[in-house]
Amino acid sequence: MYNFVWLITLLPLIGFVFLGLFGNRLKNEKLIGTIGSATVGLSFIFAFTLFLDMLQHPLEKPVIVNLFTWIQAGNFSIPISYQVDQLSIIYSLVITGVGFLIHIYSIGYMHGDRGFFRFFSYLNLFIFMMLNLVLGSNFLLTFLGWEGVGLSSYLLIGFWYDRKFEGVRITWTGQAANKAFIVNRIGDFGFLVAMFMIYVNFNTLSYQELHETLALNPFAYASTPVIVGITLLLFMAATGKSAQLPLAIWLPDAMAGPTPVSALIHAATMVTAGIFLLARNSLLFSLAPTTMIVIAVIGTLTAFFSATIGTVQNGIKKVLAYSTVSQLGFMFAALGVGAYTAAVFHVMTHAFFKGLLFLGAGSVMHGMHNEENIKKMGGLKKYMPSTYKTFYVATLAISGIPLFSGFFSKDEIMWQSFHEGNVLIWTILAMSALMTAFYMFRLVNLVFEGKERFDHKHIHPHESPKTMTFPLIVLAVLSAFGGFLGIPYALGFWFSHHPNFLDNFLHPIFKDANMVLGRSGLHHLAAAEYILMAVSVGIALFSIWVAYRWYKKDQNWTSPRKITNSIKPIHKVLWNKYYLDEIYFSVIIDPLLTTARSLLWKVVDVKIIDGLVNGLAKITIEFGERIRKIQTGFAQTYAVYMLAGAVVLITWIIFSF
Amino acid sequence: MTALLLTLFLPLIGALLVLFVDKTLEKFIRYFTLGTSILTFLVSLALLFAFDPNNPNIQFYINQIWISSLDTGFRIGMDGMSLLIVMLTTFLSPIAILASFDSIHHRQKEYYFMILILQFAMTGVFIAMDTFLFYIFWELILIPMYFIIGIWGGKNKIYATVKFFIFTIVGSLFMLLGIIWLSQYVGNHILTTGFTTDYLLIKDAAPSIPLNYQAWLFWAFAVSFFIKVPLFPFHTWLPDAHTEAPTPGSVILAGVLLKMGTYGLIRFNLEFFPQASMEFSSIISWLAVVGIIYGALVAAIQTDIKRLVAYSSVSHLGFVVLGIFSMTAIGLQGAIIQMVNHGLSTGMLFLLVGMIYERRHTRDIAEYGGIARIMPVYATFFAIAMFSSVGLPGLNGFVGEYMTLIGAFTSPILNNWAYTIVAATGVIFAAVYLLWMFQRVFFGTNDNPANHTLKDLTKREWTILIPIVIFIVWIGIYPSTFTNISENSTRKLVNKIEQVKFNRTPYPELDKYIDNLKTDKSVQNKQNNNGK
Repeated sequence: MYNFVWLITLLPLIGFVFLGLFGNRLKNEKLIGTIGSATVGLSFIFAFTLFLDMLQHPLEKPVIVNLFTWIQAGNFSIPISYQVDQLSIIYSLVITGVGFLIHIYSIGYMHGDRGFFRFFSYLNLFIFMMLNLVLGSNFLLTFLGWEGVGLSSYLLIGFWYDRKFEGVRITWTGQAANKAFIVNRIGDFGFLVAMFMIYVNFNTLSYQELHETLALNPFAYASTPVIVGITLLLFMAATGKSAQLPLAIWLPDAMAGPTPVSALIHAATMVTAGIFLLARNSLLFSLAPTTMIVIAVIGTLTAFFSATIGTVQNGIKKVLAYSTVSQLGFMFAALGVGAYTAAVFHVMTHAFFKGLLFLGAGSVMHGMHNEENIKKMGGLKKYMPSTYKTFYVATLAISGIPLFSGFFSKDEIMWQSFHEGNVLIWTILAMSALMTAFYMFRLVNLVFEGKERFDHKHIHPHESPKTMTFPLIVLAVLSAFGGFLGIPYALGFWFSHHPNFLDNFLHPIFKDANMVLGRSGLHHLAAAEYILMAVSVGIALFSIWVAYRWYKKDQNWTSPRKITNSIKPIHKVLWNKYYLDEIYFSVIIDPLLTTARSLLWKVVDVKIIDGLVNGLAKITIEFGERIRKIQTGFAQTYAVYMLAGAVVLITWIIFSF
Repeated sequence: MTALLLTLFLPLIGALLVLFVDKTLEKFIRYFTLGTSILTFLVSLALLFAFDPNNPNIQFYINQIWISSLDTGFRIGMDGMSLLIVMLTTFLSPIAILASFDSIHHRQKEYYFMILILQFAMTGVFIAMDTFLFYIFWELILIPMYFIIGIWGGKNKIYATVKFFIFTIVGSLFMLLGIIWLSQYVGNHILTTGFTTDYLLIKDAAPSIPLNYQAWLFWAFAVSFFIKVPLFPFHTWLPDAHTEAPTPGSVILAGVLLKMGTYGLIRFNLEFFPQASMEFSSIISWLAVVGIIYGALVAAIQTDIKRLVAYSSVSHLGFVVLGIFSMTAIGLQGAIIQMVNHGLSTGMLFLLVGMIYERRHTRDIAEYGGIARIMPVYATFFAIAMFSSVGLPGLNGFVGEYMTLIGAFTSPILNNWAYTIVAATGVIFAAVYLLWMFQRVFFGTNDNPANHTLKDLTKREWTILIPIVIFIVWIGIYPSTFTNISENSTRKLVNKIEQVKFNRTPYPELDKYIDNLKTDKSVQNKQNNNGK
């Protein structure tokens, strides 16, 4: 059964090639949309059957399915082969499942677009690449997917290449696409070098072989410079793809792409590739405590800083983008403290609720003539009830309201960061959670509640078509109940010793890493866990209450305005995203380009090298010009030369003997 | 063997026949030339099938004495590396000729004569198994190329072509000195059978040359090849020559001519002077690494698309040189496949630049913007070539870059990770300069009125590009088809280098070999004397 895993990836590939080549001849949106969605839907069904199979016959070791040799020279040989195990199947389910829903949604959202077939072709390409990323059995195949999703992200961000988009030194969507690709490439550099180091030290690029080598005698490798170096470089790659500090700057600009793209690539799936890479190599990372600390710190800081930015932004997608960066920070914080399952769990629930939020935002923009500014919306709930309800569910989920999915996953991260990490990490994460609930409810209140602040003459809000609301509803159900896949022991102990399904399911993947970290896997009840849980629920409720007071009850927004005015400089810094883009431009990019232009090109190439060569030519010419003058044409002169020559020769002959 | 002779001589025959055609029959000349080069390509396919990849030695060997007093002969043959590059040549030539249909409008007879002579000489370079013959083909290339740039080139063509000529000929002179000295030294001091230019003999004997002589000889050859590659800091002829050459000229120049340098480095420097190569590998690798970064940075700030692509060659060829001087199997294999890749992707970029130039007669990036809307097919092809050049996994560029980098990283000779780490930043810069250019040309709105009426690709242009795209994807996904061809000859070379490295007595079987040779020669001499 597992031997046919390549079908999962093959179907979207067929979709990509077929739509790319013949899509523009089909001329029928329904047909194109159906083909594009069906390939992903079938992939999902197939992944799901594998998943069911895995439930019945749990795998102790991953199944490796070899297809063919990719790169070979000397002893170096890298196959195209897939690794089927609990981690890759969970990821595949999320990718194809959420991916399928977003494909359906896009049929409605992209209706009438001249690049309709191109859009579906690219989306299929993305799914194909993302599946290779998670299913690949070696670093190089993952890298193929890694770069491939970067390519599709590039193509899709710049999909409307002739539309304006505002950002730091960005006026067109195409520039945002470039930025995403190039910033990601910086991370990819880390990935490349990490692969070289792994190959040199372990003579393999296969995940399984590396894992087995390490597992034989893990403590021999613990904290060695090689392991720390490799893990730091891999983490560097992850900061690129998953938009963590200091490479987080590309994700907000990636919002230039159509909204389904933001939902699928820049919220639900691609940006969690970094978490996947770390989870896939959990044992490796567990052996590098230094790296783990770095990861936890970066994750926590990213969660905090982007949450602060999120509180002041006015673009509906911008807020969600910063929220995504912040939530990814939570996941990295979890990885950093060794809570691998919690991170993967949050990847999953986040895919549900953040995908839903973006699709909801898309639905709002669809009904509002592409208006993005939340200050120009308001009172939309009566125009778009389905969007409103589903959006609300997702907001409750991300805010961590009990029983909604986000509550379970976020709380597990919070608890683990406290229990395995330290109070400081927990405190910063709690503050970020506080801001999360605040900016999300600020968004809901500004968009759906209160006065209608848009121009009624030009904008006639309306609910989106069924192809768009159907995915919203499915995702809302998942956002609401998805959390029950990971019930914490503290809440579920009365019906089972291992109530956390996901924890059990992923146990074979993380057991060695947990062993190294000294996690027994046995749970015991701690009063602290209940207290923390109560605190975080309290925080969320408090934020919701504040947002309600500030933005719904008081339609003049007096309190936020007052606060903004009193902390104007801080507000400006937040509004300008801590000037990170500007700093990069003035410290790195501009000096580099200036050097290239005015030193390397104009001086080294033109003046020095060419100057040298042209100089030599000039000397030759000058020399010739001088010598030429000897040829006077007068016989007398030549006779003098001859005489002089004869004298010299004779003298030399006489004196030399 | 017949196939090899045909591959070499068909273009020459074609060129001579073109001379006899009335120059007003331009259309006939065009199709005749195209037909000749396609026929050559088909013949070279026979080579591909007849070639035995398991045999690491020179195959299809032909040995015909030419100047017996110098032991110089018409000696040709090929190993895996030759075969790949020859295939690249026979593959790119018809494409370049087809592209000439659109870009060459005057003095067509002379042009097509030149381009066939060029193909003849290029093929000769890659199959010559005699140093003297190699030198002749090497120099022969200068003549048609000089005229192609000088007559059919752009505004600054005379400066460019003279610069190209002088740079290359200065290098060649060093090589000529090297060839003479080498033949003399090997013939009289090592083999003691007299002056010889037989590649196969020199290849086995030359490694025993003492290092102090090897060093001189090494540089005599190397400088000539470095200029051709071009390796930083010998690269400044290239942007001018590339920019001023007509489109097909640039395609051939980038696609094949530059490979003569890297080919020569493997064929002569590594084969003849493994010890000196090791000795100097670090300095050369540093130059290669500097070239990677330097070329990329300077490419980033160019305003002329063609010049940008030209500078990108400096960057890409840096990877090839780095792979060569890693002197590992994977590094060399990567270098060879990267030579092919660069020929395909940069060749394709030049073709694409030429296509837009034919329409608008400008290559200034600022003149464009928003082209994607009216030329979507063109934009798609451009994107494929660009991502191939950027080294996106799944396309050909990645395979070569990755193999050369891992070769340099694992190389016991370079024995330093810094080369690879610095070189790998090239992957970032490649994305910077190419994507930035792409965005300025294709994205945004089409504001320039001169661009409003641009037409998308014609059928002929499709025909030109499709074959390249097929290979770009093929090599990206299943490079084994190509790497297998050169695998064994590369491995043989690496074994030789390793022997030198570990034994310091370069060629253990040499003595036996020389003895055999002496008896052979003395038998021959006796027979000759008897004959007299």
